[in-house]
Amino acid sequence: MHEQIGWKVGGKQGEGIDSTGDIYAIALHRMGYYVFSYRHFMSLIKGGHTNYKIRAANRIVRHHGDTTHVLIAFDQTTVDYNWHEMVDGGVVIYDSTSFTATKPDDANVNLCGVPLTEIAKECGNPIMKNMVAIGVSAAINKFNPDDFIPVVQDKFGKKGQAVVDANMDALRRGYAYFNENFNISFPAPPVPERAEGDDHLYVSGNSSVGFGALAGGCRLLAAYPITPATEIMYWVIEHLPKHGGVVLQAEDEIAAVNMAIGANFTGVRAMTSTSGPGFSLMMEALGLAGMSETPLVIVDVQRSGPSTGLPTKTEQSDLNEAIYGTHGEIQRIVLTPKTVEECFLLTAEAFNLAETYQCPVIVLTDLYMGMSYQSIDKFPVAAVEHRRGKLITEQELKDLGVYEYHRYNPEVKDGISPRSIPGQKNGRYVALGNEHNGIGIEVEDLETRTSQVAKRQRKLANFQHFTGVSVDGDSDAPLALIGFGSTWGVLEEAREELEEQGIKVKHIHFSRVFPFPETEFHAAMESVTQGLVVELNTTGQLTELIHKSAGYHGVLEKCLKYDGDPIGLSEIVSAAKKTFKVGVHS
Amino acid sequence: MATIQDFKTEKPTWCPGCGDFGVLNAMQKACVNLGIEPENVAVASGIGCSGKMSQHMGGYGLHALHGRSLPNAQAIKLANDKLTVFAAGGDGDGFGIGMGHFIHAMRRNIDITYIVMDNHIYGLTTGQASPTTEVGMKTKTSPKGAVEQPIAPVQLALAQNCGFIAQGFSGNIKQLTSLIEKAIQHKGFSFVNVFSPCVTFNKVNTYDFYKSHLVNLDEDESYDAHDRILAMRRVAEANNIVVGLIYEDPERASFESTLPGFPETPLVEEDLSISEEGYEEILATFR
Ligand SMILES: Cc1ncc(C[n+]2csc(CCOP(=O)(O)OP(=O)(O)O)c2C)c(N)n1
Ligand code: SF4
Repeated sequence: MHEQIGWKVGGKQGEGIDSTGDIYAIALHRMGYYVFSYRHFMSLIKGGHTNYKIRAANRIVRHHGDTTHVLIAFDQTTVDYNWHEMVDGGVVIYDSTSFTATKPDDANVNLCGVPLTEIAKECGNPIMKNMVAIGVSAAINKFNPDDFIPVVQDKFGKKGQAVVDANMDALRRGYAYFNENFNISFPAPPVPERAEGDDHLYVSGNSSVGFGALAGGCRLLAAYPITPATEIMYWVIEHLPKHGGVVLQAEDEIAAVNMAIGANFTGVRAMTSTSGPGFSLMMEALGLAGMSETPLVIVDVQRSGPSTGLPTKTEQSDLNEAIYGTHGEIQRIVLTPKTVEECFLLTAEAFNLAETYQCPVIVLTDLYMGMSYQSIDKFPVAAVEHRRGKLITEQELKDLGVYEYHRYNPEVKDGISPRSIPGQKNGRYVALGNEHNGIGIEVEDLETRTSQVAKRQRKLANFQHFTGVSVDGDSDAPLALIGFGSTWGVLEEAREELEEQGIKVKHIHFSRVFPFPETEFHAAMESVTQGLVVELNTTGQLTELIHKSAGYHGVLEKCLKYDGDPIGLSEIVSAAKKTFKVGVHS
Repeated sequence: MATIQDFKTEKPTWCPGCGDFGVLNAMQKACVNLGIEPENVAVASGIGCSGKMSQHMGGYGLHALHGRSLPNAQAIKLANDKLTVFAAGGDGDGFGIGMGHFIHAMRRNIDITYIVMDNHIYGLTTGQASPTTEVGMKTKTSPKGAVEQPIAPVQLALAQNCGFIAQGFSGNIKQLTSLIEKAIQHKGFSFVNVFSPCVTFNKVNTYDFYKSHLVNLDEDESYDAHDRILAMRRVAEANNIVVGLIYEDPERASFESTLPGFPETPLVEEDLSISEEGYEEILATFR
């Protein structure tokens, strides 16, 4: 019995591939499996090739897996693109109503033609070929067709019972057709037991960010649509108004980030969410937030750059921009959540950090993390706190008197001077991007300049926070896999696989890259003689950051990927074996 | 009740005679006349000589980026609708680099007042052509005379069906004050374009020029500021050299009043925590 199954459906965009995948994924999730789904799609509406991969397992899975047991192909392109990742003896179901699939001679896969469209027509509408395909899949994975009723009900209930019935009919006919004509199966593993107190939630990085923002006290989101970040907006539009918040679709990302600044200046937790092109447009405003010491949260769901790049493909190439972007020098914090649970918690936490340090906080996720859906046990809801940082009180202002409040008092030891909020009597000040004196008036004298720069510089000098680096595996291991953000899941599986092969390796992962968690990283590296940094960009931005901040020249090798696809388990394992010259260390 | 004295801050750094003094004066007077306390005023301004308005106004200020007063001001208002919120800046700031925001602020109709100090020139950067520089005018970047058609801000606002449009002149503080008062009272986005002469870099659009050319619609009894088509014609006939309340639609509903679910409580006063039922409702959507 397999402990996991890999399933994929592919065809032209606009052919209902997404809804087919959604129905299968949600059905499996609701049955109790841990599901991870990844959508491969293109920046167009009709045509092209799109596919939807589902991995379902009896334990939590953090990436979509390298292998496929069942491939549903609505066209030959789907077979050509995907047969190579199929397990030996895997089955390709193709729609024999519309084409006859072919495969290379050496491909050990079973081509099974099923007249998906024809069966759908018999049920009343060729559009239901997807439901027929789901029925076929259910037969191969040995599910009971009835298990799909709740999902089909949810999906089509609004259109009336007749539509629900017709879709279930199509599903059952596909199921029956396959069982009558073929004798191949990849039974799903038994449904895993759920631990006491665990929930079973199906979430994406984007929905987790939206939820984290709401839980963290965000009450205004201003954003401009952009793949792969728009779903954050959708999620927030659905939920924020119920909790007294407002969502603005800005005219562009420059407006969006400035709106977030304006709201934060007024005392409201506000953020903007975007991807590379929009993030680039925000660079000037990032400096305004830094200089005026206004809290700001920006979520950048990275996609393949530069420029418009590959709008629907993943990458981790905005690291440098997040850390160094904007002219001049500002203080900022860059968080890189490594799981969807961290997308939730670190987004919530970003607001605490932004208000505590009065500076921009950038949450970096990516398309793979943002748009993939996965089953998790629960969100760390109880860990959410609201820490508002230094705020001057009405009484303190009253005692000070008119014009005596120094918003940017350069004398403060930790560099963090209390904020006032518009509406507070005697709290008036000007937040500004010009260099300024203590009360917020632009001045250019050398002494003020130097003291204000030093004040801002001090804010993050002794930065301590629970984010930083995590270490998994054998703490004495001489070898390390190193990464940041969304690659945590696949790196964990790579570590496990390498360990199974007798290679002693640990996994060091950054959930904060700036301020660089130097002490923790040195501690994690103590036993390490060789490290492989895995990152999805061309130049090794994390590797460079480590060299710059902590050294380890000659210790680190890079495993880079920048073709737009998420990195696979086998790619990491083979890169690691090559780098670690297995046999020497094990 | 606040007096003009309560709004006074340090001395502005504008050139003596700069039109922006008059605008500042009128903004402060309008607030005093309406009984608005300085701590309940917020000005978001752009960059330029005019951009210094946020520093001099005497309320809370957000001296933002070049061209970005409007997005900041709109969010301030949404964050706390108890505040009287101004966006302020120059013609370069608003009709050059920030033009996109202007059109969209009119569309969005959040209850703020946008004051443009239109001097037909880039002042702070010492005399380059601006989007409202007239054809033929010589500037540092148009030494042989500007060739591009100037932007007509009031006509643009009329075309975009902005709910409140006024044009004033720094040389007539009394009228300007009353226009700004009306703009503040208008429930929605209000636009006040002000001819605010740059005495240092613009020798064409001077106080004298305006005094001898301006048509004052407020003094014209035949004028009806509720008739947008009439307004378009009259402004075009006068080649935009008009002052007064140009157009107002008092019935126009603001963004805040029309956005479904816009909270009753100002955002800034909202409780940050989520109730257990609230959490449960959200978690249910993930199951
Ligand atoms: C992004 C950006 N580009 C250019 C500038 C330089 N700059 C500052 S003010 C200004 C123009 C000012 O003209 P205007 O907005 O008409 O205001 P005025 O000084 O005339 O009041 C320019 C180009 C800047 N600060 N930021
Ligand atoms: S340069 Fe012109 S706009 Fe600027 S302060 Fe002087 S007169 Fe005013």
